Amino acid sequence: MIKRILVMSCALALPLAALADQPTVQVKPPELQGSRPLEKQTEAAVIRDYLQSWKSLRSAFDLNQPELLSPDFVGTAREKLAATIDQQAKLGIHTRYQDRTHDLQIVFYSPEGLSIQMIDNVGYDEQVLDHDKILATKRIETRYVVVLTPSDVRWSVRIFQAAAK
Amino acid sequence: MLIGLALAAVSMAPAQSVHMSLPPSVTAGSAFSIPTAGSGKAVLYIVGQGQAIRRDVQMGEATMFPAGALYNAGEYLAILVNGASTESAGFYVSPAPQPETLGFLAKPSRLPVGIRGGISGAVYVFDTYHNLITTPLPVSLELANASGTMQSHTITTRNGVAWTTMDSAAKEGPAKFVARIAGVSSTRVIDQVPGDPCGLTITARPNNGKVTVQTAPVHDCSGNPIPDGTIVTFTETYNDQQSTVDVPIKQGIARVDMPAYPGAKISVASGVVAGNEIRWGGGK
Repeated sequence: MIKRILVMSCALALPLAALADQPTVQVKPPELQGSRPLEKQTEAAVIRDYLQSWKSLRSAFDLNQPELLSPDFVGTAREKLAATIDQQAKLGIHTRYQDRTHDLQIVFYSPEGLSIQMIDNVGYDEQVLDHDKILATKRIETRYVVVLTPSDVRWSVRIFQAAAK
Repeated sequence: MLIGLALAAVSMAPAQSVHMSLPPSVTAGSAFSIPTAGSGKAVLYIVGQGQAIRRDVQMGEATMFPAGALYNAGEYLAILVNGASTESAGFYVSPAPQPETLGFLAKPSRLPVGIRGGISGAVYVFDTYHNLITTPLPVSLELANASGTMQSHTITTRNGVAWTTMDSAAKEGPAKFVARIAGVSSTRVIDQVPGDPCGLTITARPNNGKVTVQTAPVHDCSGNPIPDGTIVTFTETYNDQQSTVDVPIKQGIARVDMPAYPGAKISVASGVVAGNEIRWGGGK
């Protein structure tokens, strides 16, 4: 009987745990500066690829594997994040990021279609560990300025920078 | 989930005594220090998405970070590890205020003359450490044509970016598209080429049993000569038979010899532009 209750509890708890790791995403209507209209499909693709980039970032920083940043991050964003991961690895630490909320708005689509800028008011948890020992845990609310550029089949993050709120 | 539990645990823990003082914010690349209180040795970590730094600390002294030590903008955690106890606090590193490089996207690299709003430029402004400077800054965008005419716009950046559109000139030739801010500039060259032919006309004359058909000098609507090599198509129609000859422009004109059928109609076109049509009257 107890075994059955445990199994049922686990069955209920697993999806809840999985749901708890999914960030809440709000998307505001675009407030574009720029002359190029933004199609709905483009907006959806940009947001999908950006949220995917957070998953890559989480894995890369937790496992200290900069190669996991590709292909979601390119250019300067990739170089900076990869350098940080290398520094972490040398110090024997790693970082767990868990994004909780994203409040997104596309604010610029360059006239030639080569870049899209987005503001993300993001809430995330950051946990720094020395091997398995937790050194610090903090919940952070900040504002990211993100620039994405198109590659072959997706939008990749080229600038990824927390800005003053 | 794990992080959430840890956060809950941290929030329930009794308040720790404060052993370090953080600056409210730090400018990227600038020197700063973190004073500590107490005694003994400790380790100070500065960890963010932009950098991870470790320093051995003598408690009771200030830990100095020289200029250039912390240079990537973003949110950071300072973590002081003193034996079994740890203390942490967050702080923000802002971009340096002085622009150093520009990311200048200009399109297209080549376009016909006389296109209103046909040239666009978007400028991203970075500091020396390639942080995007998000405070508003005026950016000058200038398009200078070979003929000396210039268009100039000054745009204030928003979230680190400024953009504009310019018209291509009436005269063909290269144009310099320059983005400039506080002594930093970036240049792109835009090649302005003639537009489609305009007023395409042909004349014909007999030539040893054939007819020589020749265009007048081919220009666009602004008077720019159409470049040599551009294809002009001559079409001759006679008794429901049609023959077509493609000829490249050479020294400004296109010329071809065609069979001289009395009553044949000869027309000319280049791309989507059609010219005049003549009826060959047998020597007329």
